[in-house]
Amino acid sequence: MSKTIETVDDVVIRFAGDSGDGMQLTGTQFTNTTALVGNDLSTLPDYPAEIRAPAGTLFGVSSFQLRFSSWDILTPGDQPDVLVAMNPAALKVHLKDLKKSGLIVANTDSFDDKNLALAGFAGNPLADDTLVDYQVIEVPITKLTLNALQGMGLTQKESVRCKNFFALGLMYWMYSRPMEPTEGWIKQKFGNEPKIAEANDKAMKAGYYYGESTEVFASRFEVKPAQLKPGLYRNITGNEATALGVVAAAKKAGIPLFYASYPITPASDILHNLSSYKNYGVKTFQAEDEIAAAGVAVGAAYAGNLAVTGTSGPGAALKSETISLGVMLELPIVIVDVQRGGPSTGLPTKTEQSDLLFVMYGRHGEAPAPIVAAATPADCFHMAYEAARIAVKYMTPVYLLTDGYLGNGSEPWLVPDSKELPTIPVTFRTDPENFHPYARNENNVRPWALPGTPGLEHRIGGLEKANITGNVSYDPDNHDFMVHLRAEKVAGIAKDIPLQEVYGEQSGDLLVMSWGGTYGAVRSTVDRLRKKGYKLSHAHLRYLNPFPRNLGEVLGNFGTIFVPEINLGQLARLLRSEYLIDVVQFNKVRGLPLRSTELEQAIVKTLEAIPANGKRS
Amino acid sequence: MAGTNGNGETLKQSPAQPKKYTAKDFASDQDVRWCPGCGDYSVLAQVQRILPDLDVPKEKQIFISGIGCSSRFPYYMNAYGIHGIHGRAPAIASGVKSANPDLTVWVATGDGDALSIGGNHIIHALRRNIGLKILMFNNRIYGLTKGQYSPTSELGKKTKSSPFGTIDYPFNPVQLALGSGGTFVARSMDRDPKHLQQVLLRAAKHDGTAFTDIFQNCNVFNDGAYFLYTEKDTRPDNVLYVEHGKPLVFGKENDKGIKLEGFTPKVISLKDGKHSISDVLVYDETSYELAVLVATFGDRPGFPMPIGVFFKADRPSYEKMMTDQIEAVTKKRGAGDLDKLLKSGNTWTVTAN
Repeated sequence: MSKTIETVDDVVIRFAGDSGDGMQLTGTQFTNTTALVGNDLSTLPDYPAEIRAPAGTLFGVSSFQLRFSSWDILTPGDQPDVLVAMNPAALKVHLKDLKKSGLIVANTDSFDDKNLALAGFAGNPLADDTLVDYQVIEVPITKLTLNALQGMGLTQKESVRCKNFFALGLMYWMYSRPMEPTEGWIKQKFGNEPKIAEANDKAMKAGYYYGESTEVFASRFEVKPAQLKPGLYRNITGNEATALGVVAAAKKAGIPLFYASYPITPASDILHNLSSYKNYGVKTFQAEDEIAAAGVAVGAAYAGNLAVTGTSGPGAALKSETISLGVMLELPIVIVDVQRGGPSTGLPTKTEQSDLLFVMYGRHGEAPAPIVAAATPADCFHMAYEAARIAVKYMTPVYLLTDGYLGNGSEPWLVPDSKELPTIPVTFRTDPENFHPYARNENNVRPWALPGTPGLEHRIGGLEKANITGNVSYDPDNHDFMVHLRAEKVAGIAKDIPLQEVYGEQSGDLLVMSWGGTYGAVRSTVDRLRKKGYKLSHAHLRYLNPFPRNLGEVLGNFGTIFVPEINLGQLARLLRSEYLIDVVQFNKVRGLPLRSTELEQAIVKTLEAIPANGKRS
Repeated sequence: MAGTNGNGETLKQSPAQPKKYTAKDFASDQDVRWCPGCGDYSVLAQVQRILPDLDVPKEKQIFISGIGCSSRFPYYMNAYGIHGIHGRAPAIASGVKSANPDLTVWVATGDGDALSIGGNHIIHALRRNIGLKILMFNNRIYGLTKGQYSPTSELGKKTKSSPFGTIDYPFNPVQLALGSGGTFVARSMDRDPKHLQQVLLRAAKHDGTAFTDIFQNCNVFNDGAYFLYTEKDTRPDNVLYVEHGKPLVFGKENDKGIKLEGFTPKVISLKDGKHSISDVLVYDETSYELAVLVATFGDRPGFPMPIGVFFKADRPSYEKMMTDQIEAVTKKRGAGDLDKLLKSGNTWTVTAN
């Protein structure tokens, strides 16, 4: 039976089910296969903080959204075209996001009275008119999976667990994806459990052939490969990219990488990745707490390693005192903050941009520290590399801000050749002649002198230091001098970072100014508005402290500055205080990436409020 | 000003034959600023005295401290040093030691620094058996903040922050270290320099975490806290020197001993005609059970305060296992190639067309 194949160029699928249904795995498999097919893609995993929330409940729903396309995309999409709902709760939670007339693939087997009640449906939405605006495809996924696995000698429970592979197979069929990559993965993953491997494989194929053979589906779709820049690509999450970025920086600097961390969502994957790179000389240290992790990093830095500690908001707060010590000791340490919803435990698995002011000012005393922020999952590689470069060149703690969306989200990454990466020169002081631990070079940077070096025995510590000698000093004028010196050293990094680029016209009425993980949403919105004829430009900041040295000039070239953020206006506040200008804020703090549609409306409103502007005439 | 960020030279190797040091070689040019008469002076002097016996070059010695009077220690040593922040010395030292296992890493800390604000780091350093030589200056008081009770102050002690007496039970640091998995657990006293030197030398040579609880007199805020144990006339009857392979005897004329009846220790007289030296328990520092039992003596009425090496076990250190694991994985997988790593995973090639 052959069915028609419809070509589409942009699809957003959301897999949703119980947190035990394997939706993250399903999404990841679909993503990897889609990457291999050559589409551009962007993903948004969204899962509850609970490991296994009670089955069937609304708060136990886990989802994985994937957008793939035959052109260059920047976001995982606002509204799915397809929702795979493994149970009523998944339907309930995600229906409001689905595009009108979007497709729902529902596992009818789970739409029983108990699950419907748990999801808060008064009746069965598949039977009443709840879903009239959508196309609904009812598939008894559980039953079909059980049928497919009959006679394999599996328990009922084991068989039911394979149902996500059935759903995956069905989607593979629907979007004309090959099954081979997942077949290979199953073999590798379940190598020790051949029966489970076979069952998952069978379930996937059953799903695929179900699509092929039933009358339910009239047609299937095809998304042609995207025209990406030539080269070798891999799909990468932000956390993977961060891990690779610091490994690369250490290799290029010719010093060992030392990662000290305490597990915390959503940063733990960095620790997981780095702990598997032992044969790259990477040392990882799972500390007893966040404070210890920072302290271990301080010690490793003193001993000459590229010291990195990773965390998220609550951990960043705990590390604060130790990072102040790092500022006083003038040692290179990279602190990765994968931001999540706060305050307190907040929304551990959700994204936010609310630690900017914390890493800027959240240390006692006058304790300046450079801050860089990644724009996309793959950009985490480059900004982690930059953070390391700045840290060792300027002997200072440096913050790298990413966020839950960047950390867990993924996109294709054009893999760089290590030869193309900027050099990171490191020289350790070895000459005892005239050695002083707090002597300065032309950048106000003190020497890196490692314990173990004969003749350089010296003591450093948290007490204020006399410049040059590094001896303890309570002298008032020396303290005043040192406070200024530390601030100037960090401010001076501005001459060593790229100028701020502006997308679109270099001057005009409106500049949209964003930073961090909102890049994709903001750039695609600006693009769309420009295509509609609106006149506006976009600048995305990756260096937050110090700011690029031309930023004041850039801001001065525009009548209105519009600053969208997933916080209450933290960059806005920095821009106001640094440049004495006002800015228009757009703030949505939902624990999710900004929605392009909302952003578009807000920008249009701002544009229309600008006298004699609006559309280009 | 010379001495800027590096000059391109590679690290010089330490001389194969370390020079013979004297205690003076380890004294820095900084004036020592502890109160006159403080017990810290003695600990500093004993450390400087034993270092020449270690055959470790000066540049491989590093002293790391937290906050408190004793934590000024690194400034007075002519070696590498970090004066850290309150309670965190074991964490900073763990970073140094695991980054460079070749260094001899000392931690100078106090009873407040180690057991109160830094309690978590102390127990985990001991648990990991990481190669730190922890000197805990235990004066049972907060000195630098001028006289509040500490986690080793005895119950009911009147201090500035407990005018009616404390209601906190104190830690027994030896028990804590044993319970945390310490592989070298000892106690000594500032006013017994010979003993302190012996213990410190053994601590320095121990592979793994070495924890020494050092009774130290704060003559300003807690003067005489240990005089019962440290002074000539009272010491013999109140201190039990614990030594491997030796019977547990004490007293002015070695006339008292410890006998074990079942699990219960008893103080016996060797002069009463009922007991002889053969009844006395012979100490075995490799016995964890004995260490745990003897560690309690100081808290038992009628028992002497035990001093010495309670426990010593040979267990692979954290840094050794870390190095070994890296070597093993490298052997198995081959030395990592950066480009291979970057290009690993599911990759695909986009060609121009």
